[in-house]
Amino acid sequence: MNSAPDQLLVLVLLINILILGTHRTRVAIRAIATQGIVLGVLPLMIHSFHSHILIITLFVLLAKGVCIPWLLFGALKKVDFGEHMEPFLGYTGNIIAGALATVVAFAFAARLPLAPVHQGLLAVPAALATILIGFIALASRRKAIHQVIGYLLLENGIFIFGLLLTESMPLMVEAGALLDLIAGIFVMGIIIKQIGREFSSMDTSRMTALREVD
Amino acid sequence: MLLITLLTVIPLLGALAAWIIPSNDRRPWVLPLVACLHLLIVSALCALPLSPSRGGWIHLDAIGRVFLLEIGGLFCACAFYAVNYLQYRQERNNRVLCMGMLVCLSAMSLAVVSHHLGILWLAIETTTLSMAPLVYFNRNARSIEATWKYMLICSIGIAVALLGIFFLAYSTVVAGLEPSLLLGPLQGYAPKLPVAWLNAAFVFMLVGYGAKMGLAPMHTWKPDAYGEAPGLVGAMLAGGLANCGFLGLIRIYQICMASGNVHFYRSCLIGMGLFSIAVAAIFLVRQTDFKRMLAYSSVEHMGLFVLALGLGGKALYGAMLHVIGNGLAKGVLFLAAGNIHRAFASKNRDVARGALRRTPWSGGLFLVGFLALTGSPPFLPFASEFSIFSAAFTNGRPVVGAFMVLLLLIAFMGMSFTVLPVVLGEPPKNRERTKYRDTPLLAGPPFVLLLIIALLGLWLPQPLYRIVTDAAALLEASR
Repeated sequence: MNSAPDQLLVLVLLINILILGTHRTRVAIRAIATQGIVLGVLPLMIHSFHSHILIITLFVLLAKGVCIPWLLFGALKKVDFGEHMEPFLGYTGNIIAGALATVVAFAFAARLPLAPVHQGLLAVPAALATILIGFIALASRRKAIHQVIGYLLLENGIFIFGLLLTESMPLMVEAGALLDLIAGIFVMGIIIKQIGREFSSMDTSRMTALREVD
Repeated sequence: MLLITLLTVIPLLGALAAWIIPSNDRRPWVLPLVACLHLLIVSALCALPLSPSRGGWIHLDAIGRVFLLEIGGLFCACAFYAVNYLQYRQERNNRVLCMGMLVCLSAMSLAVVSHHLGILWLAIETTTLSMAPLVYFNRNARSIEATWKYMLICSIGIAVALLGIFFLAYSTVVAGLEPSLLLGPLQGYAPKLPVAWLNAAFVFMLVGYGAKMGLAPMHTWKPDAYGEAPGLVGAMLAGGLANCGFLGLIRIYQICMASGNVHFYRSCLIGMGLFSIAVAAIFLVRQTDFKRMLAYSSVEHMGLFVLALGLGGKALYGAMLHVIGNGLAKGVLFLAAGNIHRAFASKNRDVARGALRRTPWSGGLFLVGFLALTGSPPFLPFASEFSIFSAAFTNGRPVVGAFMVLLLLIAFMGMSFTVLPVVLGEPPKNRERTKYRDTPLLAGPPFVLLLIIALLGLWLPQPLYRIVTDAAALLEASR
């Protein structure tokens, strides 16, 4: 666990917990941007140098480090978010759940039938932990923008797992996936602004008009 | 190859044209123009023998042809309908709607022809994104809520499906094979892939694409999105996007069936299918909103698709036939429902009553379309549902078959409690009449769709029959 990629993955895991624990939206967005930048650098350190890897790094840095945070801050600007909302379980509960998820991810990853080269690598448990924490954030947050951050955590976790495959994934697919992610966040950003206008809040638990009447 | 390229490029050019044209009146005409060209290419492609191209990435096989025919036909009907519908909605700028429809058509066409799981995933993700602004077409609090749920659940679903694809790719790494995401090589590898990773890939893709299809319990976005979106967008969601999700599932099914160890996959699919039909049947009873009712009916039919995959054998023929039957019947119902919604300015069965008197064409289409969708002879869904049902018994699953019939019966009765008052009830006297009247372009497209499923139910032309049986054989042969 002394190599540079592993240290970066530990940073990713810490950022996960930070996002679960913070109540400030701006901090959460900066944290997810930092995580994106770390993820962008990772392929360069894991794989041998190759133009394919370099292009992916540039794409990821641009998408996750610049574009998406910019879109999220843009969505925030239009919405008055003065009010403060506890997530379900509270912040402490969230952090505990996040820590538990990380432990579970490590225990589970140790039992997976991995390829011999990937045995003992930190990437698999880090991916699982980030995915689980993404789901925790999605389930517990009520503000639309925090749900988007949960979705980004989920995507980042999947991306970490994809690191094991970077050399076998065609560049077109990787680039396309990132483009779709940016477009998706762009659309979500627009919806968040509209939610802010219609409900004068980003609290999605107020959206209860559509349900089955009984 | 040129034709396949045109299939995706022409709608994109149309979207560009829709973006450039400044007039709100003239812009919608781009839709039928592109739709006709698209349908023409589709028919040409279905008649020509095709071989894989671009190293196997792009290949229109028989399964693709079934989906392409259904999507092309449905889109064509929606496009003509859109022209007149958008004249009714002059107050809204329709640029985004026209562009979204066309980009979605392009992405759906790409999904159908791609044999590379990554490209397929990209195309399906693009369909989700391009439809999001369309669900929000009505610009009110209810539609924003629906759009948010649609966007969030479908995005998460599609992300989970991507994880499934990664697992599949990783299983080839673990097995020490040349990594690939092409359908052909993966089918060849399948028996050698480690079972644990293949199972995980299957489960994640079932959940992910299942969310996109709207299988229970990931269906919660569906009634909201279908209820709040305009009728023609609902038709494209139910007959186009949901089917693309099903296509994603079919591709992983083909790989899993080739692995030889099929019991696990079959039980998953049968369980998921029956559960979806059951949930839909429960919510169809006492449903007062007829557009939400159509959404639950879509959940029911997606469940039927998955169930048919699980049963295998003759049910696969039924599933392929049902792709066409269900897609076109959903077009009839959503377009007619949109008309009735506008005629009464309500989609609740307590207010919108007696559509047969107020709008005779739309009311009649809604009633007959309902009978067609629920499997009354002589329409096409009868033939397809009957094949699935009989396959349950011939494949030694009588309990599943009996359960399925019972649930379909409950769903039928539940739907009829909503459809019958809407169509045949006494029109409310104290409500003002809206300015809406049936016009040839609003009642015509669903009428043509209904005519097609009636004719196909009575007599399936030989070329179409061959395409459907070839598609079923492709699904079968992968075993």
